[in-house]
Amino acid sequence: MLGAMAVYLRGFLARKIGRGAADLEDLVQESLLAIHLKRETYDTSQPFTAWAFAIARYKLIDWFRRNRIRRTEPIDEAAELFASEDSNEAATRHDLGKLVSILPEKQRTLLEDVKIAGLSHAEAARKAGMTEGAVKVSIHRSLQVLMRRARDEN
Amino acid sequence: MKTDELISLLARDAAPVKSSALPRRLSALALAGGFAALVMMIPAIGFRPDLPGALADPSFWMKAVYTVGLSAAGFLLSERLSRPGGGSRPGWTIAAGCAAAIVALAIIQLATMPPAEVPAAIMGGSWDSCPWLIFALALPGLAATLRAMRGFAPTRTALAGAAAGLLAGGVSATVYGLHCDENAAAFVAVWYSLGIGMTAVAGAILGPRVLRW
Repeated sequence: MLGAMAVYLRGFLARKIGRGAADLEDLVQESLLAIHLKRETYDTSQPFTAWAFAIARYKLIDWFRRNRIRRTEPIDEAAELFASEDSNEAATRHDLGKLVSILPEKQRTLLEDVKIAGLSHAEAARKAGMTEGAVKVSIHRSLQVLMRRARDEN
Repeated sequence: MKTDELISLLARDAAPVKSSALPRRLSALALAGGFAALVMMIPAIGFRPDLPGALADPSFWMKAVYTVGLSAAGFLLSERLSRPGGGSRPGWTIAAGCAAAIVALAIIQLATMPPAEVPAAIMGGSWDSCPWLIFALALPGLAATLRAMRGFAPTRTALAGAAAGLLAGGVSATVYGLHCDENAAAFVAVWYSLGIGMTAVAGAILGPRVLRW
């Protein structure tokens, strides 16, 4: 859990203070430590990633304050600024990937072929050697399982 | 230390925690703050002499509902603002609703009384001590709440401090209502609110200084 967070936090913080900055790893560790120590402030009815990144952001602001850095962004890097929520999207993808991984191999492949790769039901059926009707049923069942699981986790 | 080592170190000490620990600690401290206010108040200024009879008086309960309402708003805000991320709208709505209700009640009362009595209704007999006493009685609760909050994770420290002040001020004003024999809604709307507001401002000033983590 913390190991997976470390990767996302490193990406998030690196974008803010610069990849390879001497303090980057310190800041990652500080955020992880805070996430660990403050875990009772996580409200289970709220999204986990929002909470974890709010802690990292707080530690980041603290770091800027300590180092008396007033952040200025050159205008041609503005595009990167607007992309700064990528890491959250990555974390959401991570959550989704974990969710899908509870499905049996065969169902997962079908789901990914149709919903992510964008194959038609007929194409996916040919690929898996099944009838089109069976593919539809399988995908329908997968989605039901996922929705039930996602609801339970919230 | 390598980040991976830190992670395995932390994982080893990952005892489960209850997510309800935070609101429980806050409410225990609010009660303790009210008790401290009571202990300070009884020897210093005592209860209002007509207390048993006053319990039948609607204006006593008007004050109590107003101050308990603000305490509830302060509690919700303190709870939300002690956690990173997430909004704090319900607390603000309750606080604004309480303020709007007491102001509306005050305006109705003032509009229906003879104009000559209006100044007396607003100033009462204790306007110069009421806000200060509420502020003073709130200090133990404010200190305890801020101390607990530092152990949580407030990311907006000034706002979180103000919320702690609102909670402590509301509780203190509720206790002070057992001493104060003012009955006019206008008096409560001005001077009680000022005492609670002073506590909230004190919290907002202290917040950024003491709530760093």
